[in-house]
Amino acid sequence: MSDFESLELRGVGRSFGGMDALAGLDLTIRAGEFVALLGPSGCGKSTALNCLAGLLPLTHGEIRLDRRRIDTLPPERRGFGMVFQSYALFPHLSVEKNVAFGLQMQGVPRAEIASRVRAAIDLVKLGEHARKLPGQLSGGQQQRVAIARAVVLEPSLVLMDEPLSNLDAKLRLDMRTEIRRLHQSLGLTTIYVTHDQEEALSLADRLVVMREGRVQQVGTPDELYESPTSWYVADFMGYRNILPATVVSASGGEVVVELPGTRGSAGSVGSGGGGVLLTGRAVGALGAGDRVRVAVRPEDFSVAGSGPAGTGGSIPGSVSVVEYHGREFAVGVQAGDTMLHARATTAPDVGGAVTLTAPVERVLVFPEALDAVVPQAVAA
Amino acid sequence: MATSTLERPLAARPSTWFVWAGMTAFGVFLLGILVAVVVDSFGRQWFDTWLPDGLTTERYVEAWDRFALGEVVGVTVGVAVLVVVISVLVGVPAAYVLARRDFPGKRAVMLLFLLPVLMPPITYGIPLATVMYSFGLGRTLTAVVLVNLVPSVPFVILTMTPFIEQINPAIESAARMCGARTWQVFTRILAPLLVPGILAAAILVLVRTVGLFELTFLVSGPGSDTLVVAIYRGMTAAGGGEARQLISALSVIYTATMLVMLVVALRFVNPTQLVAQVKETRDD
Amino acid sequence: MSVGQRPGRATASLRHRLAERGVDPALLLLLPGLVVAVALFVYPFSYGIGLTIQPTAAMQEQWGGGVLANYVAFFRDPFVFDSVWLTMRLALPAALFNVLASVPVAMVLRHRFRGKRLLTSLLVLPITLGTVLTAQGLLIFAGRQGWINRALLEVGLIDEPLKLVNNYLGVMFSLVITGFPFAFLLISSYLSGIDPSLEQAAKTLGAGWWQRFRRIVLPLLAPGLATTFILTFVLAFSVFPSARLVGDAMGETRVMSLMAFRAFGEQNDYAMASTIALMMGAVELLVVVAVLGLRSLLYRGTTGGKG
Repeated sequence: MSDFESLELRGVGRSFGGMDALAGLDLTIRAGEFVALLGPSGCGKSTALNCLAGLLPLTHGEIRLDRRRIDTLPPERRGFGMVFQSYALFPHLSVEKNVAFGLQMQGVPRAEIASRVRAAIDLVKLGEHARKLPGQLSGGQQQRVAIARAVVLEPSLVLMDEPLSNLDAKLRLDMRTEIRRLHQSLGLTTIYVTHDQEEALSLADRLVVMREGRVQQVGTPDELYESPTSWYVADFMGYRNILPATVVSASGGEVVVELPGTRGSAGSVGSGGGGVLLTGRAVGALGAGDRVRVAVRPEDFSVAGSGPAGTGGSIPGSVSVVEYHGREFAVGVQAGDTMLHARATTAPDVGGAVTLTAPVERVLVFPEALDAVVPQAVAA
Repeated sequence: MATSTLERPLAARPSTWFVWAGMTAFGVFLLGILVAVVVDSFGRQWFDTWLPDGLTTERYVEAWDRFALGEVVGVTVGVAVLVVVISVLVGVPAAYVLARRDFPGKRAVMLLFLLPVLMPPITYGIPLATVMYSFGLGRTLTAVVLVNLVPSVPFVILTMTPFIEQINPAIESAARMCGARTWQVFTRILAPLLVPGILAAAILVLVRTVGLFELTFLVSGPGSDTLVVAIYRGMTAAGGGEARQLISALSVIYTATMLVMLVVALRFVNPTQLVAQVKETRDD
Repeated sequence: MSVGQRPGRATASLRHRLAERGVDPALLLLLPGLVVAVALFVYPFSYGIGLTIQPTAAMQEQWGGGVLANYVAFFRDPFVFDSVWLTMRLALPAALFNVLASVPVAMVLRHRFRGKRLLTSLLVLPITLGTVLTAQGLLIFAGRQGWINRALLEVGLIDEPLKLVNNYLGVMFSLVITGFPFAFLLISSYLSGIDPSLEQAAKTLGAGWWQRFRRIVLPLLAPGLATTFILTFVLAFSVFPSARLVGDAMGETRVMSLMAFRAFGEQNDYAMASTIALMMGAVELLVVVAVLGLRSLLYRGTTGGKG
């Protein structure tokens, strides 16, 4: 449906009074793609979106739609649609009129407006609310109106700025599915900003993880989930245990690290000089003595009553918290000064001694420094 | 008595009774003043009795002729409407900029608009009146309108700025993303959203302008006096002032004019709260 | 292609740089407001300051001090200078009373009850009355033959009529009647801005109503109280018509605005009139600055205090 081939961002940057809110963003988006910008607040993802929309002027770089440069155009002449976090519906106009507004601005004939508005409202399943004012709708319904208002223009690009963050948990799930369905049926190129990794993973074809105005990693959900290139990205991808450590030895892709402050009570297995030793997979070049961060997902730790060590070493500790999560239990294990997160199918006793083990290939070891990370090249 | 309901936990407390007693006293004074003026204006003669010894409407006819009230009321309404329209036209765009933009010197501009509201009117009124007279504008309608703008424009700006601030800026961005030009954003989106605020500010300016005495008094003369000034002149005219009942009649006419203008103005206020409460910052 | 782009790029970046500092065509919307403020406020004000150092020959002769003769006269002439004290004696207590009385009334009226609308409109009524009608009403209602004195005599509380108008008391009544509703409206809006759940939270923590008021409401209200005080003080400080009509214009209510107007309208000494007017602004500004200073002290003191 989108009438272009690719949208290119080259070195896009935006600074506020000497501070870089966004720097050196290079990204190529193919028509029909769903790209998510992911990061905590302040990482520059909304700035990037607003620059793309034209709501903020760029201070560096350029944006091209196919070969045409668009970053000098005002927002109203870029032909993009946008969905805002706060819905930003026109409070004095009915649902119908909100959706019709953009078509009226384009000077579309009256009859066509009516039919396209009807179609868009039906698409988001708000038929019976068409004549209501936004204030009379629930949050989820309002966001549907906002989506209809954006897609009715059949824009070359839809920009979504945390559209689900004002909704409650259940509605958020429903709307997530809805957005995915709309994208699949309309094929609209979409750029989606969020701080929620689950949302990003489930919606996007490609993810862009950002930190302090710079891109950390770009890749498919699968790539990012399985092989994050930095502990920062790993942290976002559900590696809840991010532990500072020091490399003891490195051979090939495998490194042995020492985790300071995990020294529990007496009788721990696999002990080194100051802390527990753990073997993991190195991401990047690492040598003995390097300061690193170790990343392990809670579900990759297996919890055992003081049993034999696994392949990668084991961490002794005592159970401090157990939460019921339906099919499994989230277990908090205190190992020395460190709290580790694990999953278990049966609930261990709180206070009981346990050992955490993880397979070597599931223990990722990253350099501690984040700035050395080079964004991956983007396939065109 | 002691069994006050849970919904009104303050009801039985002595402090509450104290408040009610104070309010009652205030109410008695207020109504006393109002009723006394009205009764006096209709009284034939009223000296040392509870009530006047007969009722008449002659005072109004007499006051109307003596003070050329047709003209005075016309001037009052005309000046008020002009001041309201000009202050809104000048003040609202300025308030928009102050609410939405950050620019070098913004604090200085804010201070400039705050000063006329904080200063005693006489402080700037006397130099301003001197300037008006030196430009040959003394005692003209133009001068009366101009001096009334000095507190009114800042007043509109100061009341409209927070009102505009609470309109989610994303709404304007949304309109632009829908393809609306700056002019269309203003006419189609902002103007309807601002109407309740503008009307509220306009009514307040109207009330203030009709009631403003000091500034008008300094530059007005015969033919450009507003009602308040006419009443004051009547009360302080050489030789002990005009007859008290004439003044009372004038005062009643003043209050009636004020009330009529207020009622008319309030008819246009749509109390529906249109403004979205969600605030948002554009840059995360 | 890159050559053709260069000029467009350069202007764009300049526009961007200015826009980043907030300078763009939208600022033009500020222009009419600035023109009004400069032409009708800044210019006359500076002109007025210029006037004050051009005293009349008579002033120079009488008070000396060369170009500063007007200021010398202001401070040396007891008839003029006493008006500072007379104005403060009216404005400070009136503003203080209006603010302090508004707090309990606003607290009580915060709750829902029958007749609240009526009561609120009663309180707003004086705004439509204006100072001049209030003055006229006070003269009739509280005068020697007025209903108040009549009632008090009838009941036997007094033997001869009280003197309630044409003196300090009359002006005070007038200032309260016009100033109180204003203060009340402001305080009410500040009070409604305080989240009621804060007080409920304090209640669950075992705070009594006085503790809730003292520890929760008052500290949060303090900035609003200071602002309200300043605004009501400004109103009371520039008292003019009532000081003349229900006061004792040559005696105990000989306020600064009357003195300024006397020089302007009766003596046609614009230079002296401007001097008094400016000094009036200066005195008021002193009080405003003092209150603002006090506010920052008070606000810090009560929030960071004993806890």
